[in-house]
Amino acid sequence: MNTSWYIVLSSLLFATGAVGILIRRSPMVILLCLELMLNAGNLALVAFSRMVGNQQGQVFALVVMVIAACEVVVGLGLIVAIFRRKLPLNVDDLRELRG
Amino acid sequence: MEAVLFFLAAIGALGGAIGVIAMRNPFYSVLALIAHLFSLAVLFLLLTAAFVAAAQVVVYAGAVMVLYVFVVAYVGAGESAWEPIPGQRLLAPLLGIAIFVELTIAIASSALRALSTHGPEVGAGFGNPAAIGRLLLEKFLLPFEATSILLLLAAVGAIVLANRKRVGGATADAGRGMDGTPSEHSAKRSEGVPSIP
Repeated sequence: MNTSWYIVLSSLLFATGAVGILIRRSPMVILLCLELMLNAGNLALVAFSRMVGNQQGQVFALVVMVIAACEVVVGLGLIVAIFRRKLPLNVDDLRELRG
Repeated sequence: MEAVLFFLAAIGALGGAIGVIAMRNPFYSVLALIAHLFSLAVLFLLLTAAFVAAAQVVVYAGAVMVLYVFVVAYVGAGESAWEPIPGQRLLAPLLGIAIFVELTIAIASSALRALSTHGPEVGAGFGNPAAIGRLLLEKFLLPFEATSILLLLAAVGAIVLANRKRVGGATADAGRGMDGTPSEHSAKRSEGVPSIP
């Protein structure tokens, strides 16, 4: 398969994740959509690394996976903290920073 | 054969992604994301990135998704009404299509000639754990260590965020766990924090 197929698929996945962030209200699902976008970026990185014939893009993809894991840990910690304070789990109600 | 596998995995990845944003129940969204991640691992294998594919399945679809399932089960699955902004459900897909068109135009007009090729022939060792490990520990040693520090920071941050003491007490309580005042009490409490990876 040509590299352009992978890149088009990657941008399609990225757009799907962006639409999800725009239409969903639950912070949990928004985190899932962030994962979608990060994974689309990963796919593009690996596809370009195959295109160039250089493995450094795959190392980039691994680092992106680590970043995604960190984001998940902090994000889910925030969600648990919000839930324990009995605040609504809805990004439209949570637009103020002070609890 | 490769094309068939590519299209199957692409359909799986796209279907999983659409499932994530379309399911009302966050639990089903997480399951759709797991399907998406497995399809993506197949795509990585097609791109001869064996180690990245294995890490994707083990770390992402395994560990991270377990964390998600756990928090969904803890928080509960309800989501309230959909759109407080009028026309949001109409506008958002339009913006998504705009992003997709922009990205495609940006890549198509980048005049990368190799885009329409398969990439150069690579040996059997391309992307296997030995090659990636050598690259990670020789050329990219400093970024590797930086990511490990970042992981440590994230774990500490999650413990501080999900500390049970913040509930009920004043907000000023929040940092107290950090300055060493407290004691086996808070240590005992933080054992129950669910989000430690």
